[in-house]
Amino acid sequence: MIYLDNAATTLQKPACVAQAVLEAMGTLGNCARGAYGASLGAARTVYAVREQLARLFGCPRADHVIFTQNSTHALNIALSGLFSPGDHIITTDCEHNSVLRPVFRLQAQGVQASFVPADRQGRLDYDAFARLIRPNTRAIVCVHASNLTGNLFDIERIGRIAHEHGLLFVVDASQTAGVFGLDMARQHIDVVCFTGHKSLYGPQGTGGMCVRPGVEIRPFAVGGTGVQTYLPTQPAQYPTRLEAGTLNGHGIAGLGAALSWLEETGMANICAHEQALLRRFYDGVRRIPGVTVYGDWDTWPRAPVCALNIRGLDSGEVADALAEDFDIAVRPGAHCAPRLHTALGTKATGAVRFSFGFFNTEDETDTAIGAVERIAEP
Amino acid sequence: MKEKKRQLIVTFHTTAASVAMERACRAAGIEGRLAPVPRQLTADCGISWRAAPDARGALEQIIRENNLEAAGIYEMEV
Repeated sequence: MIYLDNAATTLQKPACVAQAVLEAMGTLGNCARGAYGASLGAARTVYAVREQLARLFGCPRADHVIFTQNSTHALNIALSGLFSPGDHIITTDCEHNSVLRPVFRLQAQGVQASFVPADRQGRLDYDAFARLIRPNTRAIVCVHASNLTGNLFDIERIGRIAHEHGLLFVVDASQTAGVFGLDMARQHIDVVCFTGHKSLYGPQGTGGMCVRPGVEIRPFAVGGTGVQTYLPTQPAQYPTRLEAGTLNGHGIAGLGAALSWLEETGMANICAHEQALLRRFYDGVRRIPGVTVYGDWDTWPRAPVCALNIRGLDSGEVADALAEDFDIAVRPGAHCAPRLHTALGTKATGAVRFSFGFFNTEDETDTAIGAVERIAEP
Repeated sequence: MKEKKRQLIVTFHTTAASVAMERACRAAGIEGRLAPVPRQLTADCGISWRAAPDARGALEQIIRENNLEAAGIYEMEV
């Protein structure tokens, strides 16, 4: 099988990740539920991974790295815990449903929202961010790179606009953490949400958020913490403030191993490999008659995804043919990006998304190009 | 049960802070260990840092330098 659905989850992981999970399952107790060796082992492991993530995102405090199940959970916590009825927030057409649905729910509760529009190539009008600001605007919420087009957005520029106007800046780094540099200070980020199982190469069920010290997020879940037991409310201090219940210590141990691998391999090397495969694929498919590729391909680097359609074919049928006839795994449909598909004019057909990871090869890429060519034959 | 002896007990609001204390003390070569918060201090659960009474100055410095937000420092027989 040629796996080209890395934007959904990276299937091939460094071997050290599974080893770390297995070892953790045999040795780690519950983080923060005891002071004996196995429980402290979990607490130490979890804290060490907080430190790794703080380094990765330029988060000034390791205790402001919060663990969640995934990026969606982190975004739900951030968005539901920062805004109240009467507030206004600005987001974009390029967001995934992990941002859009929390925003739509907030709208139903009385929070106002404006959307920076995307054009037919999925580009954002950066001037629109400032234009949409109102007296009650509290924040800009923006994805770092589209999971559909791969367009990478200038979050430093957007963050500067946010902070110049006294707004919070919340970033969805689901497609970019581990591949593209994120730095909370330089990019003016107040909250960055990430998932562990995509370009961080960790296990599913890991993810989280980094919160700038001073940013107060109301807890989403409240419950057991192992501290301040007789306090009727969730403890106010991070990370416990946002981490009720047992953490995924085993998964976090795997994420820690993945982060060590990332540090050893070098983000720049991973990025360069993926960019090379993406360019090879794009150059191969763009010339095939009947193939339409979506996104702004004049701008590089980009998230390593390439969404396309073949004439008027249903994207699901194309993905099925790729799976059945060529053993190539890709993702058809709407990619949880309804507003962007609408902007691209692909609501009816969806699109076929090929997404690359560090473990893909040039040969696999060429095979995928050949398969698209075959399917596109009149 | 071990015989009781006089010790410093540093308490924290979160387990992350307790572990951060341990890491900072280990890095600075200061002796001590993580252990449950004595019930005579609070009925709340939690993990404290225990050290010898003469380490108070060094511990306070570690807490300050690492921005650790201790909930309290106590000296008692445990």
